[in-house]
Amino acid sequence: MKNGPDHRTKNVLVEFLFRLGDDRLILGHRLSEWCGHAPILEEDIALANIALDLLGQASALLRLAGEIEGKNRAEDDLAYFREATQFTNLQLVEQPNGDFAFTIARLFFFSAFNNLLSERLQKSSIEALAGIAAKGFKESSYHLRHSKEWMLRLGNGTEESHQRMQIAVNELWRFTGEMLAFDEVEEKLQQQNVIPDLNPIAPKWNEIVAAVLTEATIIIPSHQKDGGQAGNHAVSGSRNGFHSEHLGHLLAEMQILARSYPDAKW
Amino acid sequence: MVTTKQHILSLLCEVHDPEIPVLDIVELGIVRDVRVHGKQIHVNITPTYSGCPAMHMIQHDIIGTLNKNGFRNVEITIVYSPAWTTDWLGASAKEKLKEYGITPPETVNEVVVTLPGSEMECPFCNSHNTELRSEFSSTACKSLYFCNDCCQPFEHFKEI
Repeated sequence: MKNGPDHRTKNVLVEFLFRLGDDRLILGHRLSEWCGHAPILEEDIALANIALDLLGQASALLRLAGEIEGKNRAEDDLAYFREATQFTNLQLVEQPNGDFAFTIARLFFFSAFNNLLSERLQKSSIEALAGIAAKGFKESSYHLRHSKEWMLRLGNGTEESHQRMQIAVNELWRFTGEMLAFDEVEEKLQQQNVIPDLNPIAPKWNEIVAAVLTEATIIIPSHQKDGGQAGNHAVSGSRNGFHSEHLGHLLAEMQILARSYPDAKW
Repeated sequence: MVTTKQHILSLLCEVHDPEIPVLDIVELGIVRDVRVHGKQIHVNITPTYSGCPAMHMIQHDIIGTLNKNGFRNVEITIVYSPAWTTDWLGASAKEKLKEYGITPPETVNEVVVTLPGSEMECPFCNSHNTELRSEFSSTACKSLYFCNDCCQPFEHFKEI
């Protein structure tokens, strides 16, 4: 491939695309579990639509990863025939849905991240990635606004909705650290000018989240008296295949049909 | 007779979006490029939304329509860049949407997603006394409104 990435950059790029694809695949799957269970019909449809956007993004990203990898693996092979330790999604997205506040707070945290990341990846030197990111940027703008409105509604709602939102934010906080921490994979791609600098994302994310939490009268965990108790147990390692026990259960359900009937068409 | 790109495009106008059958895929802006190499036809298409479930059916329909017209060798590529925007919908497509009962999209602003206007025009009675019920409706590309005057729910094709 003329002017394409060299062999080592190629491997790192595939790893980066797996991270992007797996985050969206797993969160899309979690959101789809709400189908038929959301508090009101409009929200049921909204969560299913957002899940579909994320699955679409995942499908395009994993397809691209498979093409660059060159091992004849299509997006379905990558989604259905990898083991939990081969997935590099964030632990944030694999956590069970919990109550509606937990689902919304997680969607808000991830959408703010996805929006900032997609905005930057539009400038990737890999044209296909830039195109997928341009689409993801527009879509995640809608996801971000939708989840933000629910953050405000629940935070400023009844005593119970406020309390549930505060608990959800506290529980989720320890999963946000590794989302904002980039490692040698992103660094290497940045050095090769494949992607732009992603380090400005963390302060911007904190700014967006702090503004919404404040408006929703939710206390930011790291500002709490105990110094953000949850933050002391911050998780890490999912980008290297270390996961909570929940991912295996999720994959068992997601993959069983494709594995039982490998060439199933529907 | 030499096959021209124009001829293929006119055939593709027979393929309609399965979710919004009032529009064909050319006026919807999904067809990005057509290349003719002898008997081989290459069509580039782009999804409206990343997860648009209609894409599979649209590909199937493109192949079916071209096969029916004697073109057996058809290749379809899905492209993502530049990303599809509602700005590619022409004036006549927007008019068709309105007649079909869907309020068409406004021109996309610099800020990609603006707050939805609280005065969306009802496609049935033209009233502006309407309210947003949900930003996500029967498909990802539409939002759901309610008209307080004619008491009808209606959809709006979202700006993106």
